[in-house]
Amino acid sequence: MTISRQDVAKVGLLARLALSEAELDTMTTELSNIVGFVSLLAELDTSHVEPLAHPLDTHNVFRDDIPLPSLTTAEALQSAPRHDGECFLVPAVLNESGAA
Amino acid sequence: MQPAELTAIDIVTAVRQGDLTAVQCTLAFLQRIEAHNGSINAFLHVDAAGALATAERIDKRRSQGLPIGPLAGLPVAVKDAICTADQPTTCASKMLAHFRPPYDAEVVARLRAADAVIVGKTNMDEFAMGGSNENSAFGPVRNPWDVTRAPGGSSGGSAACVAADMAPVAIGSDTGGSIRQPAGLCGITGLKPTYGRVSRRGLVAFASSLDQIGPMARSAADCALIMETIAGHDPGDATSLTGGVPRYSTQLDQPLAGVRIGRVPEHFAAGLDPEVARGVEEAFAVFKAAGATVHDIQLPHAKYGVPTYYLIAPCEASSNLARYDGAHYGHRATRRDEEGHRATRRDEEGHGTAPHTPGAFESPLVEMYCRSRAEGFGPEVKRRIMLGTYALSAGYYDAYYAKALRVRRLIRQDYLNAFEQVDLIGGPVSATAAFKLGEKTNDPLAMYLVDLYTVTANLAGVGGISFPCGFTKSGLPIGFQLQAPALGEGLLLRATDRFQHLTAWHQRRPKSIPSAGPAGR
Repeated sequence: MTISRQDVAKVGLLARLALSEAELDTMTTELSNIVGFVSLLAELDTSHVEPLAHPLDTHNVFRDDIPLPSLTTAEALQSAPRHDGECFLVPAVLNESGAA
Repeated sequence: MQPAELTAIDIVTAVRQGDLTAVQCTLAFLQRIEAHNGSINAFLHVDAAGALATAERIDKRRSQGLPIGPLAGLPVAVKDAICTADQPTTCASKMLAHFRPPYDAEVVARLRAADAVIVGKTNMDEFAMGGSNENSAFGPVRNPWDVTRAPGGSSGGSAACVAADMAPVAIGSDTGGSIRQPAGLCGITGLKPTYGRVSRRGLVAFASSLDQIGPMARSAADCALIMETIAGHDPGDATSLTGGVPRYSTQLDQPLAGVRIGRVPEHFAAGLDPEVARGVEEAFAVFKAAGATVHDIQLPHAKYGVPTYYLIAPCEASSNLARYDGAHYGHRATRRDEEGHRATRRDEEGHGTAPHTPGAFESPLVEMYCRSRAEGFGPEVKRRIMLGTYALSAGYYDAYYAKALRVRRLIRQDYLNAFEQVDLIGGPVSATAAFKLGEKTNDPLAMYLVDLYTVTANLAGVGGISFPCGFTKSGLPIGFQLQAPALGEGLLLRATDRFQHLTAWHQRRPKSIPSAGPAGR
């Protein structure tokens, strides 16, 4: 199994990771090796096996809809890189041509 | 005996009886930390003032005849992946270097309510991803038995601080072996409870269907004491189990007559170090002497455990770690001007971290995400996020993630079948004793294989415990692992306690720990 450098660059964008040229090179080799290793699973016939996403048999745990105390605004903002006391501040969401 | 050599049970008994004050005890361990953390690097943060203030409050309450909690005066170290409102919680990552959680994790709240004394936060592999502690952004932990060797990981700081008498008890977390493997390599006892037995609320999420918090201490009896405080349902964690928590401590002394222990012949195949194999076989003999019977069993899909784990865990991690966006908390790239003036782009030239030409990002916001994450995460975390994102992406989901989920069911079914024949499964924790720092750092796959014997318990959701069963000729601990059916913690702790009454391996201490010296790389 080989993964191309272009694949890695695309996945990097999906994962919101700005990878350097050097990282793209090593990641291409390493991901190919790891994906080759995990492809061992392909030898098993699992066509009649249901996926198991979670080890517990519990599903849909509900509670009564009772309002409980939650974080204050100050607590929620205490580790924010930038804020104005009310909101998290972030760079422009739209680029200069106006497209998202 | 020095307070720092006492067991957790000895400490809480001595404090309750007035033979030792909480302050004396806390000071003794703080002095050990002061003397040895420079060479071991087990703690990322030590809260001496907070710990002593807590200890003083406990002593005062006791002197006034007021009730004190079941862990009163007991120093506890907490893995830095578990939130503490009054101390940093970094996950050993640059991403969270300045993060202050707004609340205590449920386990921390329970420990405090029981009057335990939280002494500090322990080093780990970044975001709990690793098996050697070398992935910490703040330098590796060193193994107290040989400071040129790794303590294991990811809860390496928690294991090393107990092994070096810097804390009687530490809290770890185990996603694929991160409690059991470092406990084994450091010669202490570590319990990974059944999935859901201990609340995960406030544990920084790595792989949510696999993560579980558990105790690390010098003996099964001490782990039992801690479990009585931290286990049990938490409405704040929808995956926490609702059943009552047994009084584990009171059940330890029941004999093992009639207990059936499974032995998997494949565990002893090529790759298992001969000295480790001998130690493990001798441990089976001890269990037989204690009245248990040993039976060969099969776990036919065990060899698929590591590849299954290294699909499911990175997939869940890539989703969980999407929360680190540089906006709400955690590291934020600062090179680019927040308002996006073109002039600042020139400042970035020459830094060389991003291949993208100006305009390659959809928006200044996306650029901030990508750069913040690139700067905040270390290489192994990036590797796992990339692997998980790849395996979940269109066209590959069925071949990788969905396939791994199907194999996960086969692995769990193996356990269900085995536990119809036996009560416990025994075997090695790791294929070798502690390996050298740097030995596996250039080969991600070699590092992944250190989880060979431990990942399947997480995939199946069952509990496991590891404890020392001997030493190599060069003086390194050899670990033994027991696994039990879901909610079998009582039997795991009891069997280990019976073993520890017949052996003294768990009482050995590293002979000489360098008292100063450079930590870190």
